[in-house]
Amino acid sequence: MMLALEMFRSLPRTVAGKAMGSRMPGLLSGFAAPLRLVTIEEPRVDKPGWAPLRTRLSGICGSDLGMLSGRTSLYFSALVSLPFVPGHEVVAELTEDVDDLHAGTRVVIDPVLSCAARGVEPCESCAAGRTNVCSRITVGDVSAGLQTGFCHDTGGGWGQQLVAHRTQLHPVPEGWSDEQAVLVEPIACAVHTALRAGVRTGDRVLVSGAGSVGLFATLALRELTPAGEIVVVAKHPHQRELALELGASDVVAPHEVLRRIRRTTGAFQLRPEFSSPYLLGGVDVAIDAVGSSTSLETALGATRAGGRVVLSGMPAAADLSAAWFRELEVVGTYASSRSEPTGEGAFETALRLAAHPAVEQLAKGVASYPLHRWREALDHAHSTGRLGTVKVAYDPRSSR
Amino acid sequence: MTRPGFVLEVDDRTPPLVVHEGLGFRLEEFPLGTRVVYPPESLPAVDDVEGTIRNALLDPVDSDPLPELLFAGMKLTIAFDDLSLPLPTMKAPDVRQRVIEQVLTMAAEAGVDDVEIIAANALHRRMTPAELRHIVGERVFRSFHPQGKLYNFDAEDRANLTHLGTTDEGEDVEISKRAAESDLLVYVNLNLVAMDGGHKSVGIGLASYKSLRHHHNAHTMVHSRSFMDHKKSAMHQSAWRMGRIIKEHVKVFQIETTVNNDVFPKPYEFLQKREWEWSVRDQASMLAARRGLALAPQKLRHKIFHDMRAPYGLTGVSAGEVEGVHEQTLERVHRQHCVEVDGYSDVLVMGVPYLGPYNVNSSMNPILATCMGLGYYFNSYRNHPVVRRGGAVILYHPLDEGFNQLHHPSYVDFYEEVLAETTDPAVIGEKYERQFAEDPWYVHLYRTSHAYHGVHPFYMWYWAAHAMDHVGDVVWVGGDRRVASRLGFRAASTLADALEMVSGSVGTSPSITYLHNPPHLLADVRV
Repeated sequence: MMLALEMFRSLPRTVAGKAMGSRMPGLLSGFAAPLRLVTIEEPRVDKPGWAPLRTRLSGICGSDLGMLSGRTSLYFSALVSLPFVPGHEVVAELTEDVDDLHAGTRVVIDPVLSCAARGVEPCESCAAGRTNVCSRITVGDVSAGLQTGFCHDTGGGWGQQLVAHRTQLHPVPEGWSDEQAVLVEPIACAVHTALRAGVRTGDRVLVSGAGSVGLFATLALRELTPAGEIVVVAKHPHQRELALELGASDVVAPHEVLRRIRRTTGAFQLRPEFSSPYLLGGVDVAIDAVGSSTSLETALGATRAGGRVVLSGMPAAADLSAAWFRELEVVGTYASSRSEPTGEGAFETALRLAAHPAVEQLAKGVASYPLHRWREALDHAHSTGRLGTVKVAYDPRSSR
Repeated sequence: MTRPGFVLEVDDRTPPLVVHEGLGFRLEEFPLGTRVVYPPESLPAVDDVEGTIRNALLDPVDSDPLPELLFAGMKLTIAFDDLSLPLPTMKAPDVRQRVIEQVLTMAAEAGVDDVEIIAANALHRRMTPAELRHIVGERVFRSFHPQGKLYNFDAEDRANLTHLGTTDEGEDVEISKRAAESDLLVYVNLNLVAMDGGHKSVGIGLASYKSLRHHHNAHTMVHSRSFMDHKKSAMHQSAWRMGRIIKEHVKVFQIETTVNNDVFPKPYEFLQKREWEWSVRDQASMLAARRGLALAPQKLRHKIFHDMRAPYGLTGVSAGEVEGVHEQTLERVHRQHCVEVDGYSDVLVMGVPYLGPYNVNSSMNPILATCMGLGYYFNSYRNHPVVRRGGAVILYHPLDEGFNQLHHPSYVDFYEEVLAETTDPAVIGEKYERQFAEDPWYVHLYRTSHAYHGVHPFYMWYWAAHAMDHVGDVVWVGGDRRVASRLGFRAASTLADALEMVSGSVGTSPSITYLHNPPHLLADVRV
């Protein structure tokens, strides 16, 4: 038996989340979320390539918070299997040998449950290495689930144990702390985002948001693309400093963003009736790293005609008029792929980027909580920007 | 009999003195021994305004009378100073209206029918039709504006600019094409302070950025000591060099008018009287004004002040050749404004009022307040600054009016972006000026809306460059601390706190001079 946080089906809580989640997300995730601390059987998948792991640290992602506070679209309800143990940013250690990896090996997990893990013939996407857009994520050896952390059979990082397939495992380099390792998965997502952004030499890029998604996207853009100026939108002073350390050319407050982009690009600013202002002209590429309608509309409004808007955060409903009128390319970017345009998998690249001194420094600020203090952890995760933290994580081994 | 300006030394019997601070004023008790510089009382206004103007046009300085310069078939352009003069706006009828009407009458008598009237607003904002109408009067406005013959100068209309040449120092002279190609350019000026007029009128009022950048920069302003003394002002020397190039190409008939110090209308006349001479009625007005302003919301206070129209009286008109005319003008301006001050002091105190040249019907944002205090008021001296090198300046203004998005869009970016990085005028000019000057959005707003040109906030900052170079400390009494900090200065709650803050550079018993301004004054500092 093991201790775990479990997401369960609850109509009243889901309705409450839908109704009030956007206004009081902290309250909802703390007291009214469909989440509970339970003692359950350890997950087990008796198929080739699967192995049990003991969780060392598991991060709380923006998509987890969205799910708990009812802000996630019901589109995803068909892609999960309730009840499940959340947690897809995981650093864990093998408790048994699997293929070439021995018990005790510390690993990070690529959470995507693709055809290889599911024991089915590779779909077209998986065959091309684009595992993040696998078309078989509801079938095969394990129950439906777009990722570890959304699948009933595999468990997730918010429990003391989980199972994962060998194809998901990436050994952690010697000498790394768990806090540094737990950042690899979000960095891998950022690698995928940066490479999907189609940045050309000297392009001006706007990163809207300076949470972990935005900060790591900034790092990946600077390290992997020929971007020119990278402007990051940050609310809080520590985010401003981190963004500059990770490669931003300039950091602006949310209320300044259009004005600053307008000035640096020589764009024209228009103010429509009863609506937010936007630019004619603007950056070449904008990355929405928040997922709110305001952030997405800012990105759309600050991008030049024919430019590209990348949806990195799980998107909210927004006015897409600019996408139509300015002929913008709106590009989704989900998780990370095992074959990126660089020729290597996003996790391999992320493992290199996570060694960046700024990331090492950032890892020292990861706040970890034992499972029984899950409400505090969620409250903290809702306020990371304000409280000066970039990542909050669960340490299921800890009892205090 | 008009009493001259004088310097009061504060003693036990001195009452609290008026200090202007934005949309209000306070009564301040200055430390004993503080010198207070009062401007001369208003000079008597001429009785016969129409006759004085006619005489100037018929008996000009170093020029043929105006009627002899006018002939049928000629191209005549009349340019006039924009709404930045005078301050506050003059009660109707504006003296420029009366001059323009007489010039038009003479032109009509000579059979001139190709006449255009241009507001010489350089890189200032375009005036609204109502503002144009206030200056030129209903009759002129109705006759010329609907036909497009009365308009604001557009310094970004490349097709309508003419490059007249360069000075010996390599300065470009580029002005309005219409003015440059006219058979006669009549310039109608309103010379409020000593820096106005002369070759500044055409050479700046009708010039483009290409010309202005040669003298509107930090280097020139630091070497203009002061820009209220045109013979010692590098800016004026540049304008004079340009003026001589203009003179080679364009026949200019300069008309300069001067007004007295009647700045405050009823019931605010007490503000231009000496406090110990306030009558019971003045004291009642002062108390009512203070109480009313304290209770009024900011919008109402803004309206109360900006609706004021000054009952200026005309003190003289000179017309003819630019330099000869300007000599006469300066004599009258100095008579109205000059006050002899014996030596400089450790601390200079000034109250920044609600109005400067660039916020008529608009907001006194922090950059304009700086320009007003450290630019115009600090430079209101001849011979030597009123404060010693390394001394301190204490200014009064709340710095809380914010920015007018219609009039000052580039100021917002200047404040948020440029001043966040540095407040050094030279560095700012080097790194950012060209970007702002050529920004197509600012150019668009300047040409089609009512926005000051993108480069304008830089000029405001350069205006303060001499003061920033000269003094060690600048403290704003009653100023918003965050704003003051962004400007590179400090804020204090009271004068006593401000003096405490500057004691590191001027000691604990500094000599203090307070410029009791407005009405305008020019300290003639004898060292």
